[in-house]
Amino acid sequence: MKALVWHGKEDIRCDRVSDPEIQDSRDAIIKVTSCAICGSDLHLFHNFIPAMMPGDIMGHEAMGEVVEVGSAAKGKLKKGDRVVVPFTIFCGECDQCRRGNYSVCERSNRNKDLADKAFGHATAGLFGYTHLTGGYPGGQAEYLRVPFADATHIKVPDGIPDEKLLFLSDIFPTGWQAAAQCDIEPTDTVAIWGCGPVGQMAIRSAILLGAKQVVAIDCVPERLGMAEAGGAITINFMDESVIERLNELTGGKGPDKCIDCVGMESHVTMSLPDTIYDRGKQMLMMENDRPHVLREMIYVCRGAGVISIPGVYSGLVDKIPFGMAMNKGITFRTGQTHVKRWTDDLLRRIEEGQIDPSFVITHTVRLEDGPDMYKLFRDKQDDCIKVVLKP
Amino acid sequence: MFPLSNLVRAKGDPKILRSGPSSLTMADKLTRGLGWFSIGLGLTELLAPRKITRALGMRGMEPLVRAYGAREIAAGVMTLSTEKHLGLASRVAGDGLDIATLAVGLVRPGNRRRDNVALAIAMVVGVTVLDIAAARATKVAHGRNGAGDRRKFADRTGFPQGVEAARRIGTTARTAGSA
Ligand SMILES: NC(=O)c1ccc[n+]([C@@H]2O[C@H](COP(=O)([O-])OP(=O)(O)OC[C@H]3O[C@@H](n4cnc5c(N)ncnc54)[C@H](O)[C@@H]3O)[C@@H](O)[C@H]2O)c1
Ligand SMILES: [Zn+2]
Ligand SMILES: [Zn+2]
Repeated sequence: MKALVWHGKEDIRCDRVSDPEIQDSRDAIIKVTSCAICGSDLHLFHNFIPAMMPGDIMGHEAMGEVVEVGSAAKGKLKKGDRVVVPFTIFCGECDQCRRGNYSVCERSNRNKDLADKAFGHATAGLFGYTHLTGGYPGGQAEYLRVPFADATHIKVPDGIPDEKLLFLSDIFPTGWQAAAQCDIEPTDTVAIWGCGPVGQMAIRSAILLGAKQVVAIDCVPERLGMAEAGGAITINFMDESVIERLNELTGGKGPDKCIDCVGMESHVTMSLPDTIYDRGKQMLMMENDRPHVLREMIYVCRGAGVISIPGVYSGLVDKIPFGMAMNKGITFRTGQTHVKRWTDDLLRRIEEGQIDPSFVITHTVRLEDGPDMYKLFRDKQDDCIKVVLKP
Repeated sequence: MFPLSNLVRAKGDPKILRSGPSSLTMADKLTRGLGWFSIGLGLTELLAPRKITRALGMRGMEPLVRAYGAREIAAGVMTLSTEKHLGLASRVAGDGLDIATLAVGLVRPGNRRRDNVALAIAMVVGVTVLDIAAARATKVAHGRNGAGDRRKFADRTGFPQGVEAARRIGTTARTAGSA
């Protein structure tokens, strides 16, 4: 089959690879009908996430049709079922899964020993990601083996196009969880850094969860335009001071809730000192992440506020004003998304027409064109915001 | 040629049979070559400055050569990072500095190694051409064309019933206490 394969930094190729096989009785094989490139894939593209290996198949946002089912998954899935695949692989039975904490499932990470050492306690297996999360081949391919498939799937009805459903795999629940973890009150101003696909979903989620005011921050005009379309007030951090504007919009109090939809590769205007510091350290591999957004959030967030962080960080961050955070009584909420925790509710909202997540798609191309799309998406060329691939 | 990692893949996981074209552009490959060249040259300048000054008849300038070595390494690291445009820009600036310094060697009275200096200048000029070409190609391959249109997606609300309806869903759910 064809698949997008990681060969090293900035080196993705559409390779011919052997077809996946059932390895365990709980597995299923999906024929992928649509998949997408995520901002997390860009961190892998840049080789900022440790423990990738040449030959790894990319992709963790996929959906399709079940073509083969292992014996133990048969009660829950059958050939021909239409499913969206959550990017967090989960067993559905362990202590964490029973609490709905699927992204820290205790069983689905097949490199648990390695991950225990790296993280203290292993996190769940993820598709198309580092070997620290199991090194499972991803869904930017014609076929995908889904481990623990009897639990790890979202059944979706026929009659709704892929485009409306695909993002149940990741970015829609990710934006939703980011907002839900803020415990939004009707009087709240929610500030959202980053208007990429995750930021766009977080904006819509904060509106649907009843925020009084949603403010979105980025520097890419067409992304800011899309944020505004979704009901946000926008700040272009190249043109104005984020901190001044946020204080102005909140009567000097600061946003009650802050969401980081940027993660470890934040851009900073050249006039701020931390850009040179972080970039230099990251280049020399003395720091994994560029945490500018984290610093800005801690500074501007209102006392007793919540900082919710769906943006991905990989390792050590430096110069975080933790004293400020502690004294202000800030609550941090983080995590890879517990996809399945939210998707029943979100599927219902899509079916009822409350939201249509396909608004974010700007490019739909063949899987073979994937390698070029990584560049297009990374470089934000041709007003690219979200790429869908059709194997 | 298959990656070694095919050997360690779990049985049943897909293995590469035939590799396709890479997302790396010619510009990326040239840039990567220049980055490694920068580091190699920098290390030589840093560790063996006397060899260089002797060949160029510019003895006594070892500390400067060492400093240039450090500069080359910094530029090399930057050129190999995701901030390659900055790395290439600093390489071009460094090339200018190199040429100016070599020119001093050319006019230095009594320098019997002028032919070597001329050769070095020719080489640096050659590399400068490559650096400029790589910087241009990088800009074309990875730059954004134009500033971006703020209104391009003005109709993409994501809410089939409109933003106001979505806000109402939020506030009613809130007052019903069921969100
Ligand atoms: N927690 C999860 O489960 C999960 C799931 C999906 C994605 N993610 C992460 O979410 C993040 C965003 O993903 P995406 O797909 O939207 O990626 P993206 O790269 O398209 O979006 C990031 C956006 O942030 C903007 N940005 C950069 N620096 C900024 C700054 N200083 N202030 C404000 N905005 C800034 C960029 O211009 C860009 O538009 C990534 O880190 C990704 O890894 C997490
Ligand atoms: Zn993702
Ligand atoms: Zn589990």
